[in-house]
Amino acid sequence: MDSSVLYVILPELILALGAISLLMIGVFSPNGETSGRNVTWLAIAVLVAAAVAVFEGSGSSTIFGGAFVSDSFTRFLKIVILIGAALTLLMTFDSFSRAKLLLFEYPVLVLLATLGMLMMVSANDLIALYLGLELQSLALYVVAAFKRDDVKSSEAGLKYFVLGALSSGMLLYGASMLYGVTGSTSYATIAAAAKMPEMATNIGLTFGLVFVLVGLAFKVAAVPFHMWTPDVYQGAPTPVTAFFAGAPKIAAMALLLRFTQAALPGVSSQWEQIIIFVSIASMALGSFAAIGQTNIKRLLAYSSIGNVGFALIGLAANNTEGTAGVLIYLVIYVAMTLGAFACVLAMQRNGRFVESISDLSGLAKTNLTFATILAVLMFSLAGIPPLAGFWAKWYVFLPAIKAGLYPLSVIGVVTSVVGAYYYLRVVKIMFFDEPAEGFSPTEGRTFAVMALSAAFVVAFVLPFVGGTVVDAATAAASVLVPAH
Amino acid sequence: MTIGLGHYLVVAACLFTLGIFGIFLNRKNVIVILLSIELMLLAVNINLVAFSHFNGDLVGQVFALFVLTVAAAESAIGLAIMVVYFRNRGSIAVEDINMMKG
Repeated sequence: MDSSVLYVILPELILALGAISLLMIGVFSPNGETSGRNVTWLAIAVLVAAAVAVFEGSGSSTIFGGAFVSDSFTRFLKIVILIGAALTLLMTFDSFSRAKLLLFEYPVLVLLATLGMLMMVSANDLIALYLGLELQSLALYVVAAFKRDDVKSSEAGLKYFVLGALSSGMLLYGASMLYGVTGSTSYATIAAAAKMPEMATNIGLTFGLVFVLVGLAFKVAAVPFHMWTPDVYQGAPTPVTAFFAGAPKIAAMALLLRFTQAALPGVSSQWEQIIIFVSIASMALGSFAAIGQTNIKRLLAYSSIGNVGFALIGLAANNTEGTAGVLIYLVIYVAMTLGAFACVLAMQRNGRFVESISDLSGLAKTNLTFATILAVLMFSLAGIPPLAGFWAKWYVFLPAIKAGLYPLSVIGVVTSVVGAYYYLRVVKIMFFDEPAEGFSPTEGRTFAVMALSAAFVVAFVLPFVGGTVVDAATAAASVLVPAH
Repeated sequence: MTIGLGHYLVVAACLFTLGIFGIFLNRKNVIVILLSIELMLLAVNINLVAFSHFNGDLVGQVFALFVLTVAAAESAIGLAIMVVYFRNRGSIAVEDINMMKG
């Protein structure tokens, strides 16, 4: 075997070996809390090392018989995933230490889940797709139930497990049908077979396509396969929820992008319809169902459902610009979501975490910095210019309008206005309601994540921040979608 | 009558549908749901092996082996989460999984 293969999978190797050695370090070190703290720091170091390895990579190569691909598309998403995972680990220290959950198992599981995500991003074959997805999901089921003496956390784990396993089953059934009608599990061969004119009406291909898309829609929490999201987000410990809302969604969207555009470009008229429907349904539910929520984690869960709907608009456009739009949307979405969850983590009073939106009332009078940061994030999520959330929507709506998807774009804009109501309501509660008792001072690392994401959201309009992201995303998208 | 690809696919489709209905119509307990999930994965394996045989291509059987391995890990994790849940709630009845309303 050529040793350059090892160089291509260097980031994955770092994560895999890192996870194994950190597990050993954790098992053989005596003290629970101290070893948990050290292993978490080491896990962050491993994630950063993997990100550097991704950044150092160049060119595009396909290895392991076409199952694993590395190009500028995978590098872009891997860096976002690794940074997202590292930042969520940074937020765990304080809250896990209070809950006596600062154990070494959590960072090891996060590393394994992240390894699965990198595999998903690079998957170029149905078997690689399935293995990456399961490596991610199996680790995530466990971390959802991580607070194991808490009934809500274990219920979240159970619900996530049952619905996740169901979706994996659907995805596999679809994969088996695709394998059957095209005779191969490799994306390239499937794409070649699906281009044949007789395949346009092949029932097996349509079946396979629909089932795989259903499975992936579960993983990105798109309506009508979203029902696990609010419960899991609410029940899981908050640092875990922050992790769920960021990196795994990017990986699943990456899988969806590559699967639709690399494996099934020949039948794009079929999957475009599904994506358009799922996108409209997610945006509508994400906006309307969030209105009545009182728990901020549930609110953010519905917000993430809506955001997936917006990101899918770019995929429905099915061209290079649309794909670049999805990538830009994902970067901005992760930044905003991590910041919002860092704010939720900072909501503590007398040493206890509070999660109700009414607990934020009058925050501007007791803690103006916190209130300003959360307000900036909420304005950005609502899509108010010139914040990043506006540009995220801009870059997905523009290609959709150019591709002639007028109804989809109009519905998108309308639901975004409806969604603005509940984001702005949070701002109104913070700035104009009677002050409640103030929160305890925010722990430094959590505050760093809050401030970092707010700074990114504000600075996105500057050319050297936003421009860099847009250029990188455009370059990444151009390898995936050949010009029509 | 010779048994062809179609027969295998129909059996697999029936098993898969039973698995899905087992999850959604089952009002008893979580173990039945775990069984249903296994049923779905086994239906997929029948599909894969049948396609592999009739297409004359080994990849399907390799895929089936991977699915078997992952299914074992998946049910181990499912059972572990279920035990944790039982310790907290004292029940594994599906109707009792209602602490949070979705």
